[in-house]
This record gives sequence, structure tokens and C-alpha cells, in this order.
Amino acid sequence: MEEYQRSGTAAAGQQPIIEIIEMHKWFDDFHVLKDINLQVHPQEKIVICGPSGSGKSTLIRCINRLEEHQRGSIIVNGTELTRDLKNIEKVRTEVGMVFQHFNLFPHLTILDNLTLGPIWVRKMPKKEAEELAMHYLEIVHIPEQAGKYPGQISGGQQQRVAIARSLCMKPKIMLFDEPTSALDPEMIKEVLDVMVDLAHQGMTMLVVTHEMGFAKTVADRVIFMDFGEIVEENEPNEFFDNPRHDRTKLFLSQIL
Amino acid sequence: MNTMESSREIRPPSNNVGVVGWLKHNLFNGVFNSIITLVVLAVLIRVVPQFIQWAFIDAVWFTSGKECHEASGACWSVVTKNIRFNIFGYYPYDQQWRPLLAMLLLVGMLAYSRDWKRWNKKLGYGWLLALFVMGVLMKGGLFGLEPVETTKWSGLPLTLLLSFFGIAASYPLGVLLALGRQSDMIIIRSLSVVYIEMIRGVPLITLLFMSSVMFPLFLPEGVTIDKVLRAQAAIILFTAAYIAEVVRGGLQAMDKGQYEAAESMGLNYYQTMRLIILPQALKIVIPPTVGILISAFKDTSLVVIIALYDILNTTKSILNTPEWTGFSTEAYIFIAIVYYLCCFSMSQYSRRIEK
Ligand SMILES: Nc1ncnc2c1ncn2[C@@H]1O[C@H](COP(=O)(O)OP(=O)(O)O)[C@@H](O)[C@H]1O
Ligand SMILES: [Mg+2]
Repeated sequence: MEEYQRSGTAAAGQQPIIEIIEMHKWFDDFHVLKDINLQVHPQEKIVICGPSGSGKSTLIRCINRLEEHQRGSIIVNGTELTRDLKNIEKVRTEVGMVFQHFNLFPHLTILDNLTLGPIWVRKMPKKEAEELAMHYLEIVHIPEQAGKYPGQISGGQQQRVAIARSLCMKPKIMLFDEPTSALDPEMIKEVLDVMVDLAHQGMTMLVVTHEMGFAKTVADRVIFMDFGEIVEENEPNEFFDNPRHDRTKLFLSQIL
Repeated sequence: MNTMESSREIRPPSNNVGVVGWLKHNLFNGVFNSIITLVVLAVLIRVVPQFIQWAFIDAVWFTSGKECHEASGACWSVVTKNIRFNIFGYYPYDQQWRPLLAMLLLVGMLAYSRDWKRWNKKLGYGWLLALFVMGVLMKGGLFGLEPVETTKWSGLPLTLLLSFFGIAASYPLGVLLALGRQSDMIIIRSLSVVYIEMIRGVPLITLLFMSSVMFPLFLPEGVTIDKVLRAQAAIILFTAAYIAEVVRGGLQAMDKGQYEAAESMGLNYYQTMRLIILPQALKIVIPPTVGILISAFKDTSLVVIIALYDILNTTKSILNTPEWTGFSTEAYIFIAIVYYLCCFSMSQYSRRIEK
């Protein structure tokens, strides 16, 4: 991975693009997220880590309302997430999401996977959408696979297609939920490279990952979660070299 | 190099190939299988020649009923002499070219539509036009065609009509019910559940009876709804409930990630269902769906009990005439062949679409 100039400090003066204030979430009686406060500025890259079951996925899924929160507020690019479907759809067109298991649409070709959003949500003419799709397939280095079906390409390629599919919606924010943890080791790098490129372009990114190399190269901030709380938050070098909390130390000793 | 060479040279042992190999593998592998093979063979040897003797060698084909009684073989005359009544029933004799044409049109349209790559707007309009033409042909009253009451519609055209519309309407209705049953809106969900469970708890015969006997009691005086239409509605409502359950199974088999990916792109509920979920879910359940549709086709014969003359009932009428009593075997073999051809075509048809 190349060396990379962080943008966090430059953006600090601006309005946050994501603002989460005193947010709580329960699954029935289970208090999965507790008093979450988080501000993300445009172009910031945030890495979220923590033990399995600590609520990382749930947190980023609340940002595009795949999960509903019960207390506090989440404001994305000026739109507060409530039960209002219009607002939810608006936020979803501005926030792209990449899943652990890619979730490509297996009955559609790669190209159709990419053009679906632009055509049906952005109401773009088919031809224009296809040009856009080919552009992003080139960015993720697999334009030659456009005519294939997801089942015919490797996991790393599928995940890159999934990233391109999100980018076709021209999102302002990208969420990644463990994008490399379902991949064979030799494919992790090709996906991380694409993500680093994306970071270079100035995308606002929230990434749940345990790839510490990625965090050190790209992140402006690393957030550590445990038992539904944000335990610690710091810029990457400090975070890895001088963790303050015992829980963070324990976690880092387990994964490094 | 050497190993490759030799592995190419090695041939399978001779008892695995050829006719002997096949027989050994499929019919005589083990004592139990061999016994079954021999028993089946013995039965076939006894039955088949006798059947051929009866059905072909001693059979009469184009005689009157009286000569039939004297023949020792099958009396196919019951079919050939009555073929037009059997197929078209009480439809006016000199107008029977009209249902014939309508049926050919239907078969032609179905044959053309077998490849789903041809499904587009134009074909949709083609179908609308074809349905209109079929309707005019059957009912008349337009373009100088003599009007024909629906009470006269009978035989194969009636069977095909009830099945085709039964299937074409119950399928989308069933899909809607399945979606309703999964809905977040409690009223829609409860209504769907109640509907599906009620219909599935009642035999089709009961529904047909209700539609023909009870339903008219609720209508204001002077208002009548066509009997064929009522039977049609009963068949649609019945079949839809079964389709709904099968489709629900398909929906449940879908990965949650598919919904999430679609929603996170900003697709709304309708788009998610139409573009992502249903194409996959419906494809998974094609085999059981075809099973239901084939049953629905066969079940149309139950309209006998509300005195509609489908092809089974026209056959019965023929057998009730003194000249042809006693030849039910031959007549029903013919009907069985007709049904078999239709059902077989349906399952073949669905396989084409599945691709
Ligand atoms: N839909 C759900 N219903 C009930 N509990 C859930 C649901 N999704 C996640 N959980 C629970 O919430 C906790 C946090 O899950 P998650 O956010 O997936 O954790 P992480 O991504 O950090 O591993 C886990 O204990 C998990 O079992
Ligand atoms: Mg997770």
C-alpha cells in the first residue's frame, strides 16, 4: 500500500456529514448499542474495530437504516433518519454499502448489477448507465468481466464488483462491513488496493475491518467498540502504539 | 509422459459398457433387483400382446354403435363418430370452426411465448389482441358473427378456457398473496393468512358449489353473473391460495443479504421485489408451481358437478346415449390421452421457460 496523506485535519472545520448523537439501539431486550456519539466529517476515513458481537455491524447499518435505532438521533448529510420513507430512501442514495458476503444479484450480469441503481433510482438512460458502469469497472480493474454472472468470478472480483456497484450511485459516503473477511488471503490485497484508491479520491469512508495495515495507512481515526459502546477513539498511530483502555490492549494483543 | 500415455490406453472393464453392461448395471444389480426385473417382464409378456390384440388387431374404428357391440376388440368408433360433439359439445354445429380457431390461436400464442427472451411490450399487446380475438370468436355478436351463449360453450374449448385463465390469473394473485403474507402491515398480512388458510381448508368442489348455488342467493334480484365466469372465479381463487404458499417458500429461501443490498442502493419495496427478489424466488419454485398448475388443469374437470360441459362431461353425455353405452373404456382412454398431452406439454413448457 502506498503512503497516503490524511485529510482529517483539513476537514475538521467543516460541518460533519454524519452526526450520531446519544444513540441507543435494542434488539428486543438486548441493548446492542449504548449511547453512541460520533461525528464524521467529509472525506474522513474511519476504521471501526472490536470483538465479534460488539455491535460494529449494527452501528454502520444504522447509518443507512438497515437497522432502526430507538433513541437519540442520526443525521446523514443534513437528513435526519426517522420512520419517514422518503428520508430513508434519500439517505440510501447518498450512502453506499459493501457487505462481507458481497450480496451481488446472482440472476443479473455484472453489468446489470451495476446499472440497476442508476437506471431505477437515478432514472438514468440505459446507455449512459452502462457507460458509467464500465467506467467504474475499469476503476476496480475488471472491465473484461462485465458480461459474466457473479457466480462465474472469484470472491475478490465479486467484492470489487460490489464496490463498483455502490460507486455507480455516486455516493457521498461509503460503508464497509468487513469487506475482506470472507475472502481467501490471496484476494484480500486486490480489494484493499481498490479501497485505498477510493480513499485517495477523497471518499468519506467508515470501514469495519481488522486489517490493521489498512487502518494504519488510510484511517484518520480508529474507533474501538466493545459491548455496544465506543470504548476508545484515536488517530491510528496513537491507537495502536499507546492504547489507553485495558479492553483495547487486550483486543489488540489478540489480533496483532 | 509415460503415465499419461498409459492412462489414455486403459479401457473400462468390458462388463461396464455396452448392452450387457447396461443391463447388468440397471436391471440385474443384486438379487432383489433381478427378481423385480423378472416379475415385471413376466407381467409385460402377459399383458402387452393382449392389449395390442384388443386395441389394434380386433378393434373397429369407424363403425356404428351396433357393429361395435359385435366386434371383439376395442370400439374406437365411439371416439371417431362423436369427435365433434366430444370436443365442441353444445356449441352450434355449423359454428364450431370458431372455437377451433380460438384454440389454435391460443396454442400458437403459447408456442411463440415459450422463449422468455421474446417477452416484451409488443408481445404483451399481441396477447391482448389475441385474447380479444378469441373472445369475439367464442362469443360472437361482433363482425357479423352469430352470438353464442356461454351456456353453450363446452368440451375442450371450455376446459382450455377455464384452465388458461385459471392459471394466468391465479399465478399473479398467488404471488400478491405470498407478498401480502410477508408484509409488515398487519392488516394485509392477516387478510392474506386468513384467505390462504380458509381456501386451503376447503375442497374445490365446495367452492364450485358455493359459486354456483350459494353465491347467486346473495345477488340482488335480476342480477345474474355468468355461470362460466363464476366457475372460473372459483378456480382462480382456489389455485391462487396454493400458489401463494409455494411462492412463500421461495421468498423464505432468499438470502437476507439480497434485500439489504437492494435496499441500501435506494430501491423501494416495489423495485426490490420486482427486480431482485421475485425473479430469484419464483425461479426456485418453478417445479412445485408447475405441479400446482397441472393439478389445476386436471381439476377443471370438477365443473361437471355444476353442470358445465367440459370435455369430460361431453364424453359422459356420449356414453349416456343408448347407441354408445358400454364403451366407456375406449372413450376414457381417448380423454386420458388428451389430458396427458396437455399436462405433458405444460411440464415441457415450464422447462423451456426455466432456462
Ligand atoms: N437482527 C438481530 N436480532 C437480534 N440480535 C442481533 C441481530 N443482529 C445482531 N444481533 C446481535 O447484536 C450483537 C451485535 O451484533 P453485530 O453488530 O453484528 O456485531 P459485530 O458486527 O460487532 O460482530 C450480537 O450479539 C448479535 O448477536
Ligand atoms: Mg459484523
